Formats: sequence, structure tokens, C-alpha cells
Amino acid sequence: MFKFLIRRSVGAFVILILISAFTFAMFFAIPQDPALLACGKNCTPQNLAIIHENLGLDKPITAQYWEFMKGIVAGRDFAVGHCDAPCFGVSFNDDRFVWDTIIDRLPLTLSLTVGGLVIFLTLGLGAGMIAARNKGTFVDKAFSSASLVLSSMQIYFLGPIVLGLLVYSTGWLSSPKYVPITENPVAWFVGLLIPWFVMSLIFTANYTRMSRSTLIEQMQEDHVRTAKAKGMSEKYVFFRYAWRGSLTPIVTILGIDLGALLGGAIVTELTFSLAGVGRLAVESVLYKDLPLTMGVMLVSAAFILLCNLVVDAVYGFIDPRVRLS
Amino acid sequence: MTSPTQAATAQADNPGPDAESLSKEQTAGSGGQLAGRSPGQLMWLRFKRDRVGVISAFVVIFFFLIAALAPVVSWLYGKDPYTLYGQEQYELLDEFGFPAGPNGGISSEFWFGIEPELGRDVFMQLLYGMRTSLYTALPVTILMVVTGVLIGLVGGYFGGKVDYWIGRVTDFMMALPSQLTLIAAMPVVVAVFVSPVDETPVYVRASAIIVVLWLLGWMGMARLVRSQALTLREREFVEAAKVSGASPWRIIRKELLPNLVTPILVQATYMLPATILSVAFLSFVGVGYVEPTPDWGRMFRTAAKIYQDNPTYMFFPGIAMVIFVVAFNLLGDSVRDAFDPKSGR
Repeated sequence: MFKFLIRRSVGAFVILILISAFTFAMFFAIPQDPALLACGKNCTPQNLAIIHENLGLDKPITAQYWEFMKGIVAGRDFAVGHCDAPCFGVSFNDDRFVWDTIIDRLPLTLSLTVGGLVIFLTLGLGAGMIAARNKGTFVDKAFSSASLVLSSMQIYFLGPIVLGLLVYSTGWLSSPKYVPITENPVAWFVGLLIPWFVMSLIFTANYTRMSRSTLIEQMQEDHVRTAKAKGMSEKYVFFRYAWRGSLTPIVTILGIDLGALLGGAIVTELTFSLAGVGRLAVESVLYKDLPLTMGVMLVSAAFILLCNLVVDAVYGFIDPRVRLS
Repeated sequence: MTSPTQAATAQADNPGPDAESLSKEQTAGSGGQLAGRSPGQLMWLRFKRDRVGVISAFVVIFFFLIAALAPVVSWLYGKDPYTLYGQEQYELLDEFGFPAGPNGGISSEFWFGIEPELGRDVFMQLLYGMRTSLYTALPVTILMVVTGVLIGLVGGYFGGKVDYWIGRVTDFMMALPSQLTLIAAMPVVVAVFVSPVDETPVYVRASAIIVVLWLLGWMGMARLVRSQALTLREREFVEAAKVSGASPWRIIRKELLPNLVTPILVQATYMLPATILSVAFLSFVGVGYVEPTPDWGRMFRTAAKIYQDNPTYMFFPGIAMVIFVVAFNLLGDSVRDAFDPKSGR
């Protein structure tokens, strides 16, 4: 198990280095002057010169990349001051260090994604289980059609509807806002309730369908039938044998969905006007703030890879065969 | 969103016993004579019997038709998506720029109401918006399918080093945070076409969206085709072709591809609605289509901003999109079931 994790971590690290090189190349190796891209429509020669100097564009691209990577590990000096260890450069727009801006916005996105994850896993797996246990009945059909319609809904459509129902017309809840959990856990929970549910409902559908079909498949497995034939209780067989076996494919799509979860966070933050990393990413692209975009991309890639490592570990834990491959 | 694994299980192992019994059953009804049917005919027979599939196929065709015929509808309806009717007829909008009539200004003249502030016709916006979405998503899907199939076939058929490196590149592309990369790549690709100092023409935006979605979306198909090609490669008929001296190109074209049509087609039916949603996502976020191009995602962007004061504007694009995506997903399921009855629910 330990060896397996080491191997996966090394792989993830290599991919991260490659992503950083890819992102760097994407922004700095395109035919045009990236400074021009950053400078925008009303570009003066002075601005252009400043951006040139800030980005170190006169040096060869490999040297620039080296500087950038060195900055992440050891910090870097800029005109605005020294930038400490995980240094992703300085934003074009407000001269703040990219890392500081990201750290400011991170707790919201983290709360949003983790909370959403917990909700859609609980709801999705729960609904899938209920549907599988009542296979072919009205309950099953209702759950299946609901999940089909929900999975075709979009956050930007469902979000305003929920807001209209629960906030604007009835006033049961106040508009979603973010309060740090350290400040007031209750306000944190209430403020994020609507975004959590809207975001997770979209994902829930997929997990309902998946867990239903794998559970039904598992129930027909030989070992499950044998356990039943031995006279073990229905419930015990369901949870200990069938359900456990059905987790493997679900963990697999969970690993794939982690990236999509971040995409979901982008739309959710925009729909509910929350200021998190997703919104930051969009803003940085719209304002052509290259260092910020790169910083957000790298941090989220690192985050997703880290989550994938956790998923891998869980995977190795529930399915021992994976450890050997 | 459908994962490639789901479609992979839907792979038709060529008409098995089910298909035979079906064809017998069919022929038994028509006079007891055994008639030979191609897999394509069998698929068509099975599909025709699937009521849900046929209905969703009609819905999908309807959407494509009205999108393609939008100019004709516009001519019959007497309005277009660009004219600012609210600025011409002052009584249409109130002093805050919202539709003066009830329900977002729905009337016999403006069927789906009028857009707040600018006062354009919502019905026309929706039709032309669908047209933009479909016309963008269709080439993207075709490009993704072709690229994925080619890369998957090359990797799966040749194996060894080629396959290893193709696999690593695919892994890498999949490790990128997809939606974030889409957003970040948009201005970069636009900059390849035009200098950032100039205005970006609409066709450049469209091409940039197509290129970005294409480059970041072929991996699922490549993986699927590769895994299928890997198993097919070991089959006797491929070996026979090899022994009789067929070139790799011929084997890929004549032996592998015909056996891969089913999973490719099924996967493609799931890819198209997903691509439409991606196009809408880009426009919603603000890096895709911008004013004045009518687009689905852009409508949602506007609608989300003004929802509190004018919820009607969200209604029509929202319902249209849900119906379209549900119909397309159901169609995908039916196509899969028709090709491979064993995978049924």
C-alpha cells in the first residue's frame, strides 16, 4: 500500500510539473507578445515596457520558466517587494502577490466544493440505494426520471429558480453569502446552504444512476447469492457484500468528477455572486491578468491531483487488486 | 455527462443470441420465412420499437430543424434577433428598462416577451441562440470524434511505444482542470488569430471556441476507441488480414473501423449535448460569444443578472435547454440499447 502511494505521488508530481510547463508555454510561447495580451486595447508604449520588465520577457523562455519555478520554491524579488516562498508572481491589475489573492479566496471555494461533495455523495448514493432496493417499482422509476431531468439542468438555470422560490418571493432564506467558518459556523452553514444544494443536485443525478446500476449488478453476483442462500440477513448482505462491491466504479467517476466539481464551483460562484477562486479565475481571464490566471490554474491543478491521490488511496483500500497493478 | 466507461460497456459484441431471436421473432410474424438482416437493419428495427427513443429523436430533429430554419421563421414571424424593438417602440419598456407588459412582455406580437433594457425579441434570440449553439457544437463534436478515433486507433492498433506515449499525452490532457483550462485558453487562442489590440470579429470567436473545445475534448473518445481496438487487434480476422498481407491502413479501415462504429456512434450522441453545454458554459462565464451574437449561454448570463426583477426571461431558454438535453440523452440511451440489447436497463 505504501509503495503504491509513493508511486502515485511521484506520478502526480511529474504531471504537475508538466502542467506548469504547459500553462507557461500556453501563455508565453504563442506567436504574439504576451505583454500585448496583458496590455489590452489602450496600450501605451510605457505600459508595454513595464509589463516587459515585470515578466522578464527579454530573457529566453526557458530562463523565464526557470525563474517562475524557482519563485514557487524559494520566493522571488519584484519591484513591489519580496514575494515569499510559494510565489506565483504579481498581478497586473492590483500589484498584489498572486498567492495572497488566491489564499484570500480559497476558503470559500473549499467550503463550497467540500460541502457540495458531501451532499451529492450522500444524496446520490442514498437515492441510488433506495432505487436499487425497490428495483422496478414506482419509487425506482420516480428516482430515475428525477435524476435524468436533474442531470440535464444547469446550475445557472436551477440557481436563479431556487433563489426566486426561497429568497425573493418567500424570504425563507437570505441571499447566499460567505462567512468564514471560524467566525460563525452557523452563518457559514446557512449562507452556503442554497449554493451547496444547487451545485450538488446537478452531480447527484449521475451518482444516483451509477450507484443504482452497479448495485443491481452486484446483487446478481455469485457471492451475494451465496451469502443470501446461507441465510444471512438481507440487510447484512446488502451493505457488507453488494454495497461495498458497488463502490469501486463510483470512486472511479468521483476521481474524474473532481475537475468538473471545480467547474461547478466556477458557475456556482458566478450565479450566486460569491467571490471564490472560480470567480477569480474568470475575472483574471476577462481582465487578461496572466500571472493570476496561471496561479489559479496551477493551484487548482495541484489541488485536483492531491484529491486524486486521496481517491487513489481510497481505491487501493476498497479494492486490493489495484495496489498491485 | 456520460463517462466513456459507460459507453464502453455498451459496446456491441455484434448481434448476439438476442439479435437472432429477435430476427426470428420478427420473421415468424411475417409468414414464418427466415430473412437475412444486416446488423444495421436489426438496429433500426429495435430502435423503431422503442417509443421513448422515437419521441426523443423527433424532439431532437425538431430542435435542429428550427435552428436551421431560423431565418425562415424570422421572415414569417416578421422580426429578427438584432433589432432593438424596445428602443423603437417606447411603450414596450418601462422607465427602468424592464418590459412594460405582464410576464416579461409576452403578447401576440412578441410571443416569448422582450428582452429587458435592449428590448430585443426573446423568441428570435432563442431561435438564433440555438442556431449558434448547434452550429458551434456540431463541428466541435465531429472534430473531436475524428481526432479521438484516429488517435485511439493508432494507439490501440500499433501498441508498444506509440501507444505508451499517446497514452501519456492523453493522461496529461485529462489531468488538466478541464473547465478552467477552457476559460484560460480562450483569450490565448483568440490571440493566435487576431492581435489583442484589434476588435475580435465573430467568426474568430467562433473558431476560437471550436478550437479550444476540440483540443481539450478528444481524450474520452480516444481512450474508448483505444481500449476497443486493443481487444479487436487480437481477434482472428485481423490476424488473417495481416497474414494475407494487408497494410496497417487497410486493416484499420476495413477490419477495425466497421467493428467500432457502434461505440463511436453511441459516444458521439452523448458528446454533442455535452458540447452544447460547454459552449453555453463559455458564454455564460463571459469568454465565449459576446454581444450582439445571439447565443444560449449569453441569454443565461443576461437572465441571471436580471432574474430578481424579470424572471420570465430565464424561463424559455432554460426550458428549451432542459428539453433538448433530456431528449438527447434519452436518444443516446435508445441508440445504445438498439445497438446492443444486452446492455439494456
